[in-house]
Amino acid sequence: MQTKRMTFSSKWLPYALLAPQVIITLIFFIWPSYNALIQSVYRQGDAFGIRPPTFVWFQNFQALFRDDLYLNSLKTTFIFSVGTTILSMGVALLFAVMVNRMIRSRDSYTTFLVWPYAIAPAIAGVLWWFIFNPTLGIMPYILDMVGYDWNHRRNGNDAMIMVIIASAWRQISYNFLFFLAGLQSIPQSLIEAAAIDGASRMKRFWTIVFPLLSPITFFLMVVNIVYAMFDTFGVIHATTEGGPSQATTILVYKVYRDGFVNLNFGSSAAQSVILMGIVIVLTVIQFRYIERRVNY
Amino acid sequence: MVDNNRWGNFFAHVILIVGVAIVVFPVYVAIIASTHPPGTFVRGVMPLLPGPNAWENYRTVITEGRSRAGTPPIGGMMWNSFIMAMAITIGKLSISIISAFAIVYFRFPGRIFFFWIIFMTLMLPVEVRIVPTFQVVADFGMLNSFAGLSIPLIASATATFLFRQFFMTVPEELMEAARVDGAGPMKFFKDILLPLSITNIAALFVIMFIYGWNQYLWPLLITTDPEYYTIVMGIQRMVTGGDSEPLWHLVMATVVLAALPPVLVILFMQRLFVKGLTETEK
Repeated sequence: MQTKRMTFSSKWLPYALLAPQVIITLIFFIWPSYNALIQSVYRQGDAFGIRPPTFVWFQNFQALFRDDLYLNSLKTTFIFSVGTTILSMGVALLFAVMVNRMIRSRDSYTTFLVWPYAIAPAIAGVLWWFIFNPTLGIMPYILDMVGYDWNHRRNGNDAMIMVIIASAWRQISYNFLFFLAGLQSIPQSLIEAAAIDGASRMKRFWTIVFPLLSPITFFLMVVNIVYAMFDTFGVIHATTEGGPSQATTILVYKVYRDGFVNLNFGSSAAQSVILMGIVIVLTVIQFRYIERRVNY
Repeated sequence: MVDNNRWGNFFAHVILIVGVAIVVFPVYVAIIASTHPPGTFVRGVMPLLPGPNAWENYRTVITEGRSRAGTPPIGGMMWNSFIMAMAITIGKLSISIISAFAIVYFRFPGRIFFFWIIFMTLMLPVEVRIVPTFQVVADFGMLNSFAGLSIPLIASATATFLFRQFFMTVPEELMEAARVDGAGPMKFFKDILLPLSITNIAALFVIMFIYGWNQYLWPLLITTDPEYYTIVMGIQRMVTGGDSEPLWHLVMATVVLAALPPVLVILFMQRLFVKGLTETEK
């Protein structure tokens, strides 16, 4: 990794400058993660210290993968992440393509589309929860007119749809900005050349624009999956609380509940370790991709 | 511009206007709901036009809160959120900029090692190590304190990387000139590097402020004392505090107030926001 050609020389100054960041990282990031690793291979002792913690190898992990609730939560997380990613990226791409056609109104539309990013996931959840409220929300009222009886308190699918919409809504802004930047960097000459050859607008989009956007699409896909898996705790916790009957218990929510509410530390730590594995894989994919984009 | 057909543009405008309407709708509904008296929510569908009770509702949430459900007045929670967001933002920016300075402008044993330690923070978000982090903070006696709310969150790999990247683009000559003139590293940092980084600092400030303000899980874990509730997590207490239906008019007034500061930040600093977002996001 490079530095400047010429550097300052000091024995202690660079360490002093790095100290605050490194100390905080060690205490609040690395040390707890290490603890999670340790706890994940122990069975916790009882509260009175009569039975000490025992080393149990990978039993906590085995127990997890035999636990229907955990397997179910994996499936829920998968559906939730994929749903959120597709919905928010699809809508954002549509908006970006439309806004990109505009000349004078481009900035005003952009302003209207970026601010939901400022809204915390928990608040986004509460907003949509209100709109979908079975007794007074507007959506169930409209759905009732077409004969659908909406109730996210009883129906797991309804609850899932609601949390997906709430999570995707807030993320549209983010995806929109990146897609718009991507569209603007596509050389106009390519599109004009295709138009002269008689390619229709749809054809131009699918054969030229969309393939050229693919690096950004891939990048956003990773970012959105990370968002859906880890940053949406607020959406779930403030609205459905994982229910009805576990239908919206995503992994992060389950770690929290098993650790803090059910006080099952061994299992919660094992779940943490699995989640760490997932984040590490996703981060590596993301950085791999960035290195490639630099050479693009 | 290729075929500027009129119908196509008209059609695009229609899609966008409908789209914007859908995107804005939830917030519109919240604002409307926050202006109604409690009685409106007892019967029928939620209102879509403003009601007469705005002043009354906002006064209630700001000054009284809902003491029965254990939610303190909003004023205090907003203040807590502000302190937390500012502490996180300033903390992240200051420790990141000095570590990037160390990594770029010095050559010393362990440089790469420290870089990787900082990098690891990206891979270990709070969400994946909830219980052990809570235990560490509890051992330090930092529960229910502003230090506990902010310090564990201020390590930042993204900000460090961004500053590092920016420092790499600063011309070598500046530093050579500074050294010829006899300036030491800290003088160079303060008088040359810092002024050059202002735009980057501002862009990151916007992103970090929003990040800090919107923290939810962390305050939820470490605050049990209502004195330290932040507004974003306080809403959850209002929604689930009690078995009855939430008091929607008050909840929505709180939602509007909680969303206002970060939304204003984005609207007034849109350019910086876009710069910060597209550059920090790795």
